Amino acid sequence: MSTLSLAVRDSSTMLRRNLLHARRYPSMTLNLLLTPVMLLLLFVYIFGDTMSAGLGDGGGGRSEYLAYLVPGILTLTIGGTTIGTAVSVSMDMTEGIIARFRTLAIHRGSVLIGHVIGSVLQCVASVVLVGAVAVAIGFRSTNATALEWILALGLLSLVSLSLTWIAVGMGLSSPNPEAASNNAMPLMILPLLSSAFVPVDAMPGWFRPIAEYQPFTPAIETLRGLLLGTGIGNNGWLAVAWCLGLTVLGYAWSKSLFDRDPK
Amino acid sequence: MPSYVMSTSTSTSDPNGSTVAVSAVGLRKSYGDKVVLDGIDLRIPTGSVFALLGPNGAGKTTVVKILSTLVSADDGQALVGGHDLAADPQGVRAAIGVTGQFSAVDGLITGEENMLLMADLHHLSRRDGRGIAGELLERFDLTEAANKPASTYSGGMKRRLDIAMTLVGSARIIFLDEPTTGLDPRARHTMWQIIRDLVSDGVTVFLTTQYLDEADELADRIAVLNDGRIVAEGTAEELKRLIPGGHVRLGFTDPDTYRSAASTLGEASHDDEALTLQLPSDGSQRELRSILDWLDAAGVEADELTVHTPDLDDVFFALTGGTDQTKESAR
Repeated sequence: MSTLSLAVRDSSTMLRRNLLHARRYPSMTLNLLLTPVMLLLLFVYIFGDTMSAGLGDGGGGRSEYLAYLVPGILTLTIGGTTIGTAVSVSMDMTEGIIARFRTLAIHRGSVLIGHVIGSVLQCVASVVLVGAVAVAIGFRSTNATALEWILALGLLSLVSLSLTWIAVGMGLSSPNPEAASNNAMPLMILPLLSSAFVPVDAMPGWFRPIAEYQPFTPAIETLRGLLLGTGIGNNGWLAVAWCLGLTVLGYAWSKSLFDRDPK
Repeated sequence: MPSYVMSTSTSTSDPNGSTVAVSAVGLRKSYGDKVVLDGIDLRIPTGSVFALLGPNGAGKTTVVKILSTLVSADDGQALVGGHDLAADPQGVRAAIGVTGQFSAVDGLITGEENMLLMADLHHLSRRDGRGIAGELLERFDLTEAANKPASTYSGGMKRRLDIAMTLVGSARIIFLDEPTTGLDPRARHTMWQIIRDLVSDGVTVFLTTQYLDEADELADRIAVLNDGRIVAEGTAEELKRLIPGGHVRLGFTDPDTYRSAASTLGEASHDDEALTLQLPSDGSQRELRSILDWLDAAGVEADELTVHTPDLDDVFFALTGGTDQTKESAR
């Protein structure tokens, strides 16, 4: 069997295993969905009127703020789902089964690739579910074409891929699942410090650089542009560059951690 | 990324014509300052059972981890199934099956799903995979529990599933790291039978254990590992010959009786703390009778008399520096 077909075959076996876990124990995935849904409802129904006043054009009420909020909530959903990835990778590494996999004549990276593809699929499913809630409470895109929808979904997948690789590295470097959960918290915190909830312009001056020069803001601004027709500017390229950079970094980090001799 | 090598030969011939499944020269491994293995040499003939015996922390698990490609040795060479450990780890992996010390089953999925997972990872067709999974589940008495999550299994069932998963690949060399630790006596004997069945199929078995009776029962050859070195190697019989023979032990409760007996039996080795005397003996009826006659004639009356024949325990404690923990067997 060639290296490539071995990689594909073993990775899909590992993917099936991870999907089986997710299907058999959906509670963690669903729990992680609660946070973005709660934040969505909280910010729209409780804070919505006030928050909309802070938007650039003087405020069009709750529905306008809903439109502003959804792209951020969708990326935050991805951040939350990948915390679950870090935890499940860490849990997996504490199990003897990983040692067994290491002594089999299988493609070495398949264990991690299975986790990554499984996690990206879960991210996309979560995004669709949270998106459905948003639509149900009144979110509508503004003149988005089919191509823009596809690009938006593609960007969300790319964000999922990059955050997943980082999360896998966090899971591998953590001594136990609890530590993995803590170490992966920035994946959920960073979106809160981005332009997800309020425009960067509305933040205090000293804080703006933090919000501006981080991966979530360009991704969220690009999504807004695609779905709501706001200006994208450099954000599209920035978002793609961030994603590719994080993917490469997360992959190299995870691979070197996994290739170390286990204790 | 190493390419997948389908192994055709699982053994190499040595100059004597017999085949060797595992051979190692000068394996060394340290973790930080701690030397775990300090030059291990091994030679295991194909189709035999080799037991690595040693106390906790002797380095048994590290030997298994190195030979099964899980960790790399700092120094030394090894051939496993004809493949060099360092140069062709994928070749080694294709030739071996490993059951580690700690359960290596996926607790979140069912026993059957665990088996099918292994079949997939051994690249069996769906039909062959189902076939061998069903067969092994049956053989290991797990058919009834096949559809329950493995996390709900008892210790013995988990261990059986663990071994069943190891056998999916039909490996010719099987490593079992403390396969019976934590099992109840019945499960332990089941495991022994499983190991004997493997050997009768011509599989080479490398097992580690801290139980001397287990090594005595199963192994063709035994190596005693202590402090990272092999301190003795041979058959159980050869090892037993390494230490002094049996003896009769006389125990006394009254110090005065003990002292007078000790002066009468001048040639007996004595332990003044425990008030015991030891007379060399092979444990035969004839010799026992002559000892008793002699004791009567000398007017020595012991409160307790035990006959001790050497077993692997003695070898073990003699070689690993244990003191005075010899097992007495009253006859």
